[in-house]
Amino acid sequence: MAQIIKNADIAGKEQIALCQDCGTAIVFLELGQEAHIIGGDLVCAVNEGVRQAYIDGFLRKSVVKQPFSTRVNTEDNTPAIIHTDIVPGDRLKIIVMPKGGGAENMSRLVMLTPTAGRQSIIDNVLKTVDEVGSNACPPVIVGVGIGGSAEKTMILAKKALLRKLGDHNPDAEVAELEKELLEKVNMLGIGPMGYGGRTTALAVNIEVFPSHLASMPLAINFSCHSSRHKEAII
Amino acid sequence: MQKKIKLPLTDEDIAGLKTGDNVLLSGVIYVARDAAHKRMIETLNKGQSLPFEISGQIIYYMGPAPAKPGQVIGSAGPTTSYRMDPFTPRLLELGLKGMIGKGKRTPIVLDAIKKYKAIYFATIGGAGALLSKSIKKVDIVAYKELGAEAIRRLEVEDFPVTVINDIYGGDLYDQGKAKYRIIGK
Repeated sequence: MAQIIKNADIAGKEQIALCQDCGTAIVFLELGQEAHIIGGDLVCAVNEGVRQAYIDGFLRKSVVKQPFSTRVNTEDNTPAIIHTDIVPGDRLKIIVMPKGGGAENMSRLVMLTPTAGRQSIIDNVLKTVDEVGSNACPPVIVGVGIGGSAEKTMILAKKALLRKLGDHNPDAEVAELEKELLEKVNMLGIGPMGYGGRTTALAVNIEVFPSHLASMPLAINFSCHSSRHKEAII
Repeated sequence: MQKKIKLPLTDEDIAGLKTGDNVLLSGVIYVARDAAHKRMIETLNKGQSLPFEISGQIIYYMGPAPAKPGQVIGSAGPTTSYRMDPFTPRLLELGLKGMIGKGKRTPIVLDAIKKYKAIYFATIGGAGALLSKSIKKVDIVAYKELGAEAIRRLEVEDFPVTVINDIYGGDLYDQGKAKYRIIGK
């Protein structure tokens, strides 16, 4: 843990990347329905921002074009992965999350049965964290999506990673599940870097959405301890 | 206990290393990750030789961030090792003596580590800025077009690693977890 903190000091002082995996740029846009984008294409503008940030900031370009064959690097870390929501208002909120590949590879989607209930959520989260072990660079933040559809719950799990450490879901029942899961995850013994210890996760954040009566989708997305995200409103 | 080892690793060094040992490595290590591993094995399958003499060497699974002006290398921490597992036994057979990465290896690699008397170290995932300070020189050895995934030769000084798998069958991830586990034993 001391070395992780020392790393953050060096990265801050010398303005170099915390981790060499500077991620794919995940960008959440919340576009006010009264706002109108003029003078160009919104997606192109986001990608231009990513391009400049990764080139000018000496960040590693980690995106390859054709994933299953040639895998040639796009050289500027574009395209970003953009999720846009239309919301009330006249502003544009931009949330950027550079997401490393090691933790992202540990993602899970489980289509649970509707009668499986709360205990099956606990069992599946614990099983996943246990299997993932050191791979996701613990201490991790565990993002959990429950409900919705397959793709909706994955996005919920990812958005759950954006929450401030220590905050809980406003719903008391969900917050209770978060607290119980965090306590149990930290009993698994994985610890920082997986070398053994009682701090495996810093938070378990859950987002919930109504689901079809035939299903209870569960998604798990991990953030490594290098949890990088920033937001701005324009 | 912190040991210091001057590279290349000798058989005596490896025999003296035990799971959980913290070690500072100084000397030459090679860097290769996913794409370079795939290409090395393709090269061997064509009957050609590898772009560097692998016997007795260490491979660090890493793809650095670009160096800023005046830096030797950018952030340079480990990537997850299991992705190299399909390629690793072949390299161990050719005399690769050590690997540095993070995360658990598959049983086939663990068997090969014992069989060929090699060692698997981990270093601190996500501490790339800190680790870059132990790297004194970098040269691209092969596959330059792979960019961050090119094979590099590093000269390191007191590069901090921890022994995960020794030749005696120890596994720090299993042993560490067992020690602290209080649920679902």
